[in-house]
Amino acid sequence: MKILLAAAGVAALVCTSAHAATLDTIKQRGTVNCGTAPNLPGFAYTDDKNVRRGFDVDLCRALAAAVLGDADKVQLSPLNLRDGFATLTTGGVDVLTHRLTWTYNRDNGTGLDYVMTIYYDGQGFMVPKAMNVKSVNDLKGASVCVAQGSTTELNIADYFRARKMDYRIVTFADLDEARNAYEQGRCDAWTNDRSALAARGLQLKNRDAHVILPEIISKEPIGPLVRQNDSQWAHVVRWTFFALIAAEELGVTQANVDQMLKSEVPEIKRLLGVGDDLGQKAGLPADWAYKAIKQVGNYGEIFERHLGEGTRLGLSRGQNKLWKDGGLLIAPPFR
Amino acid sequence: MSTDVLSPPHRARFALPHGSLAWRAFVIQAIVLALIAAFLAWVAANVVSNIARLNINTGFSFLARPAGFEIAQKLISFGEAATYFDVFLVALINTVVLTVIAIVFATLLGFVIGLARLSTNQLVAGVAATYVEVIRNIPLLLQLFYWYFAVLRPLPGPRQSLDFFGIAFLNKRGLFLPYPIFEPGFCALLTTIAVMVLVGIVLAWMNNRHRMRSGTGLHSVRAIALFLLAPPLLVAWLTGFPLSWDVPALAGFNFAGGMTVIPEFVAMAIALSLYGAAYIAEIVRSGIRAVSVGQIDAARALGLRSGAINRFIVIPQALRVILPPLGTQYIVLLKNSSLAAAIAYPDLMLVFAGTVLNQTGQPLEVMLITMASYALIGLAIGAAINLLNRRVQLVER
Repeated sequence: MKILLAAAGVAALVCTSAHAATLDTIKQRGTVNCGTAPNLPGFAYTDDKNVRRGFDVDLCRALAAAVLGDADKVQLSPLNLRDGFATLTTGGVDVLTHRLTWTYNRDNGTGLDYVMTIYYDGQGFMVPKAMNVKSVNDLKGASVCVAQGSTTELNIADYFRARKMDYRIVTFADLDEARNAYEQGRCDAWTNDRSALAARGLQLKNRDAHVILPEIISKEPIGPLVRQNDSQWAHVVRWTFFALIAAEELGVTQANVDQMLKSEVPEIKRLLGVGDDLGQKAGLPADWAYKAIKQVGNYGEIFERHLGEGTRLGLSRGQNKLWKDGGLLIAPPFR
Repeated sequence: MSTDVLSPPHRARFALPHGSLAWRAFVIQAIVLALIAAFLAWVAANVVSNIARLNINTGFSFLARPAGFEIAQKLISFGEAATYFDVFLVALINTVVLTVIAIVFATLLGFVIGLARLSTNQLVAGVAATYVEVIRNIPLLLQLFYWYFAVLRPLPGPRQSLDFFGIAFLNKRGLFLPYPIFEPGFCALLTTIAVMVLVGIVLAWMNNRHRMRSGTGLHSVRAIALFLLAPPLLVAWLTGFPLSWDVPALAGFNFAGGMTVIPEFVAMAIALSLYGAAYIAEIVRSGIRAVSVGQIDAARALGLRSGAINRFIVIPQALRVILPPLGTQYIVLLKNSSLAAAIAYPDLMLVFAGTVLNQTGQPLEVMLITMASYALIGLAIGAAINLLNRRVQLVER
């Protein structure tokens, strides 16, 4: 499989000549192609009506609404972590709205660019309650199940080495297998991004018998990736997501966006393209942000719909609150 | 001389072809070759220019960079400063060790089942046939998962480990065995043992030769053999028994010390051996069936017993048929071992083509190295089987 993909990668490298500007390609094609995680409850998954849903999926839909005026004009490619990079590099998708942590090595020398941070995650640990472990620092000598393919293996190595703690790692190629082995008792603890622990933990037979430890051993800024050297498209992605954040900050929601068109607040007017056309500079229609908010909702609404405390995942906003509420999310001014 | 007349005419090996038809064939082949070469050159140039345009790092310098992550099974020393090349070696060794173990057990089991399927006892033959049909018709990946969780499920946690005389322990985290520690002087002991074994082999050979000539063995040999034990014991006593054992002991969550056989390895070895054995059994059966019944009848007519018939008539001829497909099966086994990634056995595919690929973001180089490694091991297996095959082939005179 992997060899096939590498071969496909080579083939794609062979066959692709110079890329046209991504934005023009999208307008011509009529769909925005996004790469998302294959199956991560809350973020990107297929629901019982066979519809792809989730936080990452909605980010993609917002892009389609902004660029093409219709949130349904998306083509979603479920990609595992490894294949994501190659598929984007070779033009298989326009953007990765995936769970990919922004790191130096991924931003440099891969031919790809991180655009912004849309979700602040961190690596955590899940242990059986019966083990009576209160902190990661109690896990000296423990066996730890982990799924490869992200920064997870390096984080745990760094954390345990820095504290001179011994540990045994059991690395799985796949998240579900890692969870399964942990559940079977192969490991004392299971580590991953806390959002993934929450999402995958739902599939444990007895979720209440397990607990997520308080420590977060890494910072995992997660955000969309685009191909390098296409700043027009990078700007579209970045400012569409900023628009979702700004909308929450300004109190513009999916429900009230139509009334907000009559708002007298200057920044809301600029955001929604009333009296001013910010869109054209980015190659977008004047109502790009309006369409995105109207069809998908603002950042807070997307979060609560898929991840929030009312959902099965039950994640709190945490660091993903707006800057004015003590979180890390901030959109530069729309002016 | 008449022999000169009889010997075939000497032909130059690279002589240009004669005749218009031969010329046409030559030109067509040359053109096809040139086209293929041109296509490959175009592919290479295009890849190079595209990589340059996409700003992707290239080259193999990443192999010298520190890797910084842990691996579950390391058969060579692997510290914090280990580079990606060290990771490659660790993963390669894991793949080779697994493949070799699986080949050994698959071969042994395959021969037994192959013979059992030919048994005149209907029950034995039926069981062997069922085994082959069931195992061959279930995807190996499923069998891997089955064995992994079949191995894991019944085992106790570390605190309730199965205890073997206080020196070996078995639990969900693996089989914990004492690890030998070689103290100074061990090398001298090892040398003494090696020398004595060598002397023993020479003695056995002399004994055999004598038996062939005179019909009786050298009676003194057994007595001398006893004396061979003396020097190693003496050296061991002089050096103060230079071997001690690091016995695993429960410390916190897990056993520390000693050495560990991880359950992933056990599950992989079981699944690959059982799967390979089903195919090898069929290869063995076909090989034995290929020996003509007349040969066996003739051997019987000469008064040979069934053991001798098998040893001198059937097996030497069957091996000629068995060996070539057996070699292919070994290579298939090697390639099947790459499924290890599914159940966390840290082989070349999981660690190198997985984690290293992710960390470095250089899929072309990493996959190239991985593919070349599998190809080289496969070619080595093929070459070994070919050597063996040459020895058993019928010598034509």
